[in-house]
Amino acid sequence: MDGTVDLGGTAGWGPVPAPDPTEPAFGQPWEGRAFALTLLTIGRISGRNIDAFRHALARLDRAAYFDDGYYGRWLAAAELMLADSAILAPGAVDARARALAGEDALEPAVPEPCKPDYAATGPGSLRTVDQAPAFAPGDAVRAKDLDPPGHTRLPRYVRGHVGVVELVQPAQVLPDTNAHFQGENPEHVYSVRFTSQELWGADAEEFAVTIELYESYLEPA
Amino acid sequence: MTQQTTRPTPAQRTEALEQLLTERELVDPKVVDGFVARYETEVGPLNGAKVVARAWTDPAYRERLLADGTAAIAELGFSGPQGEHIVVVENTPAVHNVVVCTLCSCYPWPVLGLPPSWYKDPAYRARVVREPRTVLREMGLDLPESTDIVVHDSSSEVRWLVLPERPASTAGLSEAELVPLVTRDALVGVAKVAP
Repeated sequence: MDGTVDLGGTAGWGPVPAPDPTEPAFGQPWEGRAFALTLLTIGRISGRNIDAFRHALARLDRAAYFDDGYYGRWLAAAELMLADSAILAPGAVDARARALAGEDALEPAVPEPCKPDYAATGPGSLRTVDQAPAFAPGDAVRAKDLDPPGHTRLPRYVRGHVGVVELVQPAQVLPDTNAHFQGENPEHVYSVRFTSQELWGADAEEFAVTIELYESYLEPA
Repeated sequence: MTQQTTRPTPAQRTEALEQLLTERELVDPKVVDGFVARYETEVGPLNGAKVVARAWTDPAYRERLLADGTAAIAELGFSGPQGEHIVVVENTPAVHNVVVCTLCSCYPWPVLGLPPSWYKDPAYRARVVREPRTVLREMGLDLPESTDIVVHDSSSEVRWLVLPERPASTAGLSEAELVPLVTRDALVGVAKVAP
């Protein structure tokens, strides 16, 4: 699913903000609370996983994604996951926030929770895969030119382009299915190196990009 | 009754969410306090600086760090969420590595803590895979044309840490004296360690 999150190579953002070495972990107190509430939502409350969280981020509209910064989008994604699991009714957070601000807001009824029937087969995202990796360091591979309807970690800017396998990384849960509770389907993962000219054309600055691509994203080139 | 005028602020929405989950006994505010305190005080770039200072002063450790980052980092007691598999890449005069996550803001929490604003900014996420030399120059790092740039886009659960070059002027310093010189920005690759 192409979406707001897939920013690599897009234009129109202006300069990068100047780093501030004294920047604290949380610029404002609510950011720390939103961070912790989101982690608790992913890990314990909604019954959802980190891939479902990233997919929730990908489903936010542009305002929800950008307007309140990084922890603003975490908060919006946590709300979405809690609504998906019927822990909270849609609109419940907005109604309570308006009530806290002194408005006469009607809060929706608490729904019957409906968490996904899901249990991870192990901690984290690293898994073992019985079959040997299809590719080895030095192999030329092409990132498939596909835009699946659901979640993916195959960004637009590498699709259709040819790179070289640099490293075989540990096998990992496939986000494309895990985000939708359709199974972990672990795959081998490769760090694939692309030249800047392959990605951006002959006039590009001279550099290379490495990116981790799941085996099903790749075909021999 | 108050007129509905603007949408709630994120601070109000956060407070509302915490209230709703606390009322249902799904969240204990003390647990939230603990998470916040941990990432404000314990998990931050000082951890990564300690890893680098050790690597600069202990050649055997440096070899282990480059061969198996996760294990070598765990030797110093650093592990946890967003650190399942950390790969360490070494900056040299010939090759400069810089790290990004174009799809979100994946970052090696156990060694760097939570990402700073510039790392999460759309401009950094979008541009550093398109014109890294220009972006680095804007951020104050003007690399010679003879230095190759490699950008690492963290699209899976692999996390990247940069081992910066040790300035020659620090030759006489101890491991403990080196730690405060190693900055967050150098550990991501948008700066060098200042001589």
